[in-house]
Amino acid sequence: MATRELMYREALREAIDEEMAANPTVFIIGEGIAERGGSYKVTEGLLAKYGPKRVRDTPIAEAGMIGVGVGAAIAGARPIVEILYVDFAMLGMDMIVNQAAKFRLMTGGDGRVPFIMRTQGGTGGGVAAQHSQSLEALFYHIPGLRVVMPSTPSDAKGLLKYALRQEDPVMFLEHKHLYMTKGPVPDGEHVVPFGVGDIKREGSDVTVIAWSNMIPRTLEAAEALAAEGISVEVIDPRTLVPLDRDMIIKSVLKTRRCVIVQEANRRGGVASDIASIVQEECFYEMDAPVEIVAGMDIPVPFNLTLEKASVPQKEDVVAAVKRVLHVQSLAAAAE
Amino acid sequence: MGTAASLQNAPSREFLEKLFRTAFKIRVFESEGIKLYRQGLIRGYFHPYLGQEGIATGVCAALSEGDYIASTHRGHGHCIAWGADVRKMVAELLQKETGYCRGYGGSMHIADISKGNLGANGIVGAGTPLGVGAALANQVKGSDAVTVTFSTDGASNNGTFLESLNLAAIWNLNYILVVENNQYAVSTRIEESTRDTDLYKRGLAIGVESHQVDGNDPLAVHAVMEQAVATCRAGKGPVLIEAKTYRHMGHHVNDPGKYMPEDELAYYKARDPVDRARNALKEMAGVSDDEIAAIEAEIAAEFADAVEFSKNSPEVTPESFREFAVGY
Ligand SMILES: Cc1ncc(C[n+]2csc(CCOP(=O)(O)OP(=O)(O)O)c2C)c(N)n1
Ligand SMILES: [Mg+2]
Repeated sequence: MATRELMYREALREAIDEEMAANPTVFIIGEGIAERGGSYKVTEGLLAKYGPKRVRDTPIAEAGMIGVGVGAAIAGARPIVEILYVDFAMLGMDMIVNQAAKFRLMTGGDGRVPFIMRTQGGTGGGVAAQHSQSLEALFYHIPGLRVVMPSTPSDAKGLLKYALRQEDPVMFLEHKHLYMTKGPVPDGEHVVPFGVGDIKREGSDVTVIAWSNMIPRTLEAAEALAAEGISVEVIDPRTLVPLDRDMIIKSVLKTRRCVIVQEANRRGGVASDIASIVQEECFYEMDAPVEIVAGMDIPVPFNLTLEKASVPQKEDVVAAVKRVLHVQSLAAAAE
Repeated sequence: MGTAASLQNAPSREFLEKLFRTAFKIRVFESEGIKLYRQGLIRGYFHPYLGQEGIATGVCAALSEGDYIASTHRGHGHCIAWGADVRKMVAELLQKETGYCRGYGGSMHIADISKGNLGANGIVGAGTPLGVGAALANQVKGSDAVTVTFSTDGASNNGTFLESLNLAAIWNLNYILVVENNQYAVSTRIEESTRDTDLYKRGLAIGVESHQVDGNDPLAVHAVMEQAVATCRAGKGPVLIEAKTYRHMGHHVNDPGKYMPEDELAYYKARDPVDRARNALKEMAGVSDDEIAAIEAEIAAEFADAVEFSKNSPEVTPESFREFAVGY
C-alpha cells in the first residue's frame, strides 16, 4: 500500500480532520486548541475549517471540561477533550472514573459514552514531576475505559479514527516525545481497531513487549542486540485495554522468553499485570522468568540526568534481554 | 423571597390537573416506596423527594419532548415528573431485570437516555457538567433543545458547579441549572457551608440570568421555568433558578432527621407542595373533592400495579451478567 511520511502530530490531525468531515457530531474542546492550534499543534487549521462551534477553547477548568465532554457523549455527540498533560486529567478523575466508566453498566447497557480524552504523558522534556507522568495504570485499572497508547504516526491516526467510531470512553494517551517523530502512514482510509497488537520487529530469541515511547527505545535496543546475534521480537499492544493477549501469548510460546518495558514506575503498573498473564499462560514453556524494565518508584525529577535515570533507557532493555537469555551466565560458564 | 412573574391567563384545568397528578404521583411513589423499603423489598440508598415535589413538577411541566434532564441522588421525583414508567422504576428499585437499568443501577442511577433523561447520580454535583455537556452536544447538533440539571445546595460548593455554569455561559448554551435548596446536606445546614445562603447570586456573579423562587409552589416554579426556557430558546442561556424548599424527613430512609427543628419542619409542611397543587386544582379550576379522590385512587392503583409487576418480574441472573461483562 502507498504511504506518506507524516509526523505523529500530523497523523493525529488527519484523523480528527477526516472524522470531523465525515461526522458533524465530532467536535473538539481544549485549552488553546482553536486559534493557537494547541500546544503540540495537533489541531492547527481545524478552527478555520470547521468553525468555532466545533473547535473551542476552554477556560482552565479540567473537571468541568472533562465532565462536559462526558455529558455530550452521553447525549449523542462525539466530543474530543484535549487535556494538555495527563497530569491535569487528575482534576477530572470523578468524571472519568465515576461517570464515564460506569455509565454503561449503571444503565444496564443502554447508555454509551463515546467520549475521547486526548492527552499526553511521559518524560523527555525536563518538565519535572507534575508534567512527566505515565499514568496509564490508573485508567487500565478502571473497568469501562479503553486505554490507547500509539507509538507511531500510522497507529496514532488509525487508532484515533477507530476511537471516533466506537462507543466507549477512550483514554487516548499520546507521548510528548513522539509528536515530532516521523513515520509512514498509509494513503486513503486507515483505521486500526482496538485490541489488535502489532509486531514492530520479528524475532526468535526473546519477546519484548512495550508501548508508546518505549517502542522506539526498544527497537534501538533490538538493533544493538541483533549486532550481537540476538534476535528480538518487539510487540506493541497499541491498546492496553482491550489487550491483545493472544499475540503476546503466541509470541512468548515461540521465543520462550519475555521482557516487558514500561516508562511508568513499576509498582502496580500495567507491566506487572501483563507479566501475570504471561506466567499464567506460558509458565511451563518458558526458559526464564519474565523480566520487567520499568521506571523507578519515585516522582520524576527535574534534573535531566536524574530524569533519565528514573525511566528505562536502551541499555536497560539490552541488559534485561541478556539476563533472560542467560548470556552472562553462559559467558561465565565458558570461562 | 422573589416570586415568579404572575401568569397572564388563568391556567387551564388540564394544566392544573397535570401538575397535581405529577406532584401526587411522586408523593405516592416515595411514601409507598418507603413502605416497601421497610418490608425489606428495597435495599441500598433511598433518598425521598418528599416535600420537594413542587420543583420537579413545575420544572418538567415547562419542558418539551426532545429536551434533557440530569438528576441527583434524590432523583425519583425528577424521573416521574419527566414521565417515566413507574413499573420500570419500581422494578429497578426491586433490582429486577425489567427495571430501567436491568437492576444494575438502582435508585441512584435510574436513567432513560432514549428519552433524554441523563440519569440520577451517586456523586453529588456530577449532574452539572453532564448537563452542560448535553446542552453543548445539542448546540453542536444545531438543536434548540434545553437541558436542565437538577442540582442541590450541597453541590453548589463543589468546584464543578462554577466550572460548568461558566462554560455554559461563555458558550450561551440552552441550559437551566435548577438548584434545589432544601437547606441541608445530610445534617449540615446551609448556613454552615456558605456565608451567603442566597445561592442564585452565584449565577449573577458570572453574568448568568438568575432567579429565586418558592420551590414549594409548583405554579411559581413553572412560571419562572417558562421564562428561563424562553431565555434559552432566544439564545440567551444559561439560566440559574434557585428553588427554596425543605425535606419532609431525614436525608434518606434510615435517617430519622432529629437535627431538623420541629417548628421549621412544621412551617414547610404547612406549605406542602402537593397540597398546593391540589388546592390550585380545586380553587382555580373548580374540581370537586370526588373528582380529586378519583385521580388519587387511579394513581395509587398505578403504583400498586407497578409493585405487582415488579414482584412478578424475573430475577437478574449471574449468567446474563457474565455475558454483559464480556469485553469490559
Ligand atoms: C462527591 C460526593 N461527596 C459526598 C457524597 C455523600 N453524600 C450523599 S448525599 C449528600 C448530601 C447532599 O446534600 P445536597 O447536595 O444538598 O442534596 P440533598 O441531599 O439535600 O438533596 C452527601 C454528602 C456523595 N454522594 N458524593
Ligand atoms: Mg440539600
